[in-house]
Amino acid sequence: MNILVCIKQVPDTTEIKIDPEKHTLIRDGVPSIVNTFDTYALEMACRLKEETGGTVTVMTMGLPQAKKALKSCLAAGADQAVLISDRPFGGSDTLATSYIISQAVACVEKEKGSVFDLILCGKQAIDGDTAQVGPGLSEHLGRPLITYVSELKYEEAEFQGKRENDDGYDWIGVKGPCVMTVVKTAYEPRYPTLKAKIEAEWAQIQTITAESMKETLDLSKCGLKGSPTKVVRTTTPENKVKCIYIKEASPALSAGKLADILAQKKVMGR
Amino acid sequence: MKRGIEKWDAIVVGGGLAGLSAAYTMAKNGLEVMVVERGEHCGAKNVSGGRLYGHSLEKMIPGFAKEAPVERKIVRERLALLTEDGGTIIEYGSGKLDTAPSYSVNRSDFDQWMAKKAEEAGALVITGITVRELYMEAGKVCGIRSDGDTFRSDVVILADGVNSLLAKQIGMKKEWNPDHVAVGAKEVIKLDSQTINAHFGLKDGEGAAMMATGYVTGGKIGGGFLYTNKDTVSLGIVTTVGDTEYSEVSVPEMLERFEQHPMIQPLIQEGKVVEYSAHLVPEGGKKVLPQLVKDGVLLTGDGAGLVMNLGFTVRGMDLAVESGRLAAETVLRANGAGDFSKEALSEYEILLNESFIMRDMKQYQNFPGFMGSSHRLYDDYSKVLDGLLSQLYVVDGKTQDDILTKSARAVAKVGLVNLAVDGIRGLGAL
Repeated sequence: MNILVCIKQVPDTTEIKIDPEKHTLIRDGVPSIVNTFDTYALEMACRLKEETGGTVTVMTMGLPQAKKALKSCLAAGADQAVLISDRPFGGSDTLATSYIISQAVACVEKEKGSVFDLILCGKQAIDGDTAQVGPGLSEHLGRPLITYVSELKYEEAEFQGKRENDDGYDWIGVKGPCVMTVVKTAYEPRYPTLKAKIEAEWAQIQTITAESMKETLDLSKCGLKGSPTKVVRTTTPENKVKCIYIKEASPALSAGKLADILAQKKVMGR
Repeated sequence: MKRGIEKWDAIVVGGGLAGLSAAYTMAKNGLEVMVVERGEHCGAKNVSGGRLYGHSLEKMIPGFAKEAPVERKIVRERLALLTEDGGTIIEYGSGKLDTAPSYSVNRSDFDQWMAKKAEEAGALVITGITVRELYMEAGKVCGIRSDGDTFRSDVVILADGVNSLLAKQIGMKKEWNPDHVAVGAKEVIKLDSQTINAHFGLKDGEGAAMMATGYVTGGKIGGGFLYTNKDTVSLGIVTTVGDTEYSEVSVPEMLERFEQHPMIQPLIQEGKVVEYSAHLVPEGGKKVLPQLVKDGVLLTGDGAGLVMNLGFTVRGMDLAVESGRLAAETVLRANGAGDFSKEALSEYEILLNESFIMRDMKQYQNFPGFMGSSHRLYDDYSKVLDGLLSQLYVVDGKTQDDILTKSARAVAKVGLVNLAVDGIRGLGAL
C-alpha cells in the first residue's frame, strides 16, 4: 500500500490578524504550521500503512521554506517527502496548483514504477478555505474521489471512506487508485518522538522542478498564466454581535446596571 | 542509521541561553552536539525580565548586537523608591554605560537567533520534546532517554532551567527552599516606539531600565522592574516565594500596584497588555548553590542557581551565557582527554571560580540574607526619602526647619538604630 498525502504550509490562523485597510492576512511574524486537516490526513495514512504495510509519502508545493512543514510530517510518521518548488509555479491558483501537483504525482509514480494506491488531502487549507485542490487533483489524474472523509477502512482490496454530510454520513466504497479529502478525525495526530524528529532533520527531501517534469508539463497551465481565478474584492466579515461594556464606579453599581439591562431585555425579572 | 543518532559527543537539555551557549561553543569546536528543547521553538517557554548584560555574549560572539534581535540599548538607569502616592526616582545616564552595553531583549526572538547560531555552528537543535529521564550506567550519566529510546552521549549538559527536574532526579539539587527562590510576574505592554521614546526621554534604539522598591511589594522582599523594548514595555515584579505566605498583597496585586502607581502609570498609559507570564527565579546566591558536576553531567544557568538580584540590578542571562560557555570549554578538554568522570569535569568549577560569575556571586554572597532579614529596605527607605523630600519641596508658608532637623525627623520615623544596623550589615554583606 503506497499512500501519498498532499499537505500545505499555512500561517497559524489562531494567531492571525487581518489588515483593517487592505483586508488581507497579515503574515509577518505569524508562525507557519502544517494545515490542520492535512495533519489528520497524514495520521489516517499512517494508521492504514501500519495495518497494511507500504509507505507514506508527503508532497507539497511551495517555497523552499516549506521543507520545514515536510520535515514535521516526516517526524509525524511519513516515510518520504517531495517538495514541488520552482519559479514558474508562483502565483498559481487552485486550478494551476492541482494541475502542477497532478504532474508531480505522475512524475514520482513514473520514477517509482508504480502508482499511489491512495492519495489523501485535507479537505481544505485553513488560510484559503477553497477546498478545490483535492477535487482538482482527482480530475487531473482521472481518479475517483471521495470528499469529507472522517474514517477509512481497507477491506478486500477496496477502500471504504466514511463521508460526512449535512444529514449524517455515507460509507462509500471505491477501488484504488483514488483520491480522498479528509475532515477532522476521531483521533489526534501522533506526537513525534525525539528519534523521529532527529531522523526527519536528517532526511533527504526530493525536490521537483519544472525541469523534472518537462516531458509532459504544459507551462501555460502553471503560475499566473494558468490561473483564471481573479480576486475582485476581499472583505472582512462584519462582526454583527454588539457588545456592551459596563464599567461603573464600583462593582456593585456595575452589577446593578447589568441587572437593569437584563430586566429591560426580559432576560430576567427584577 | 546515521552517525550520531545513538551516540553523541554531548547532549544539552534545554535550549535557553545557557544551553545554546554551551552547544554553540562545543559545535564550533567540532563536537557532535544535540540540544533538546521542550518548547515549540527555543525561547517559546521561557520567562525573563528581558534585560541582557552583553559582556559575556560579546566574548563568545563579538559584535553580536549588530546581528542579534536586540530591542533597545539601555542608556538610562532608574531606581524608584515608591510610596503609596508618589516616591523618589533617581535617573542615571552616562557614556560609561556604553563601555559595557546592556540590552532589552525579547527572549522568544533572541533565543531563536541563538538557536540559529548554534545550528550554523553544527549543532542539531530539536524542539518540542521534554526530556524526563537521564540514561545512567553504573551511576554515571551516559545520555538521555525519551519515548523508550536511548540516546547515548559522553556527557550531558543540563540547562533545563530553575526547576531542573533532571538535576533533582540524580540528586544534584534539592527541592527549593521558599526563601531561596522568588516568583516573577511580568506583563508585556504594547505601545508604539515613538510613545516610548517620548515617555522615557529616549531616542530611537535607546532604552531605559527601572528597578522599583517600596510600596509595590507591600514591604515584602522584592520589587518591580520595567524595561523598554522597541514598541513594548516589559513590566513586572519579583518577590521571594517564602515572603508571599505572609504578604497581605498577592503577587498579581503587586503587579497591579506597580503598573497603576501614579509615577508608573503615565509611562505606560494607552498601552495594551499583550503578554502575561510568571516564573520562578533562583535567588539564594552562592551559599545555596547545587552540586554542579557529577560523572558525565554538568549543571548550568538558572538550574545551577546562577542569578544575582541586588535590587538595583537583576542578572541571570549574562551568567547563563558564561556558565554555558565554561561548561562547553570543560567538555572540550574532557573530550580531548577522553575522561568524563566527575574529577575531570570538576574543571568546570575551577573555571566558574575564576570567572566573573563566582567572583561576583562571592562578593555578594551575604546579600540575599541581608535583603531577606531587613524588610526595611523594601519599604521604609522609600518613606524616609519621602519624608525628607516632602519637607524640602512642600512650601506652605510655614517656617522651614533647617535641613538637619528635617533629615532627623524623617529618619526618626524608621529609627536611627535600625538604619545604622542596616547600613553596617549592608556594607558587611557586600
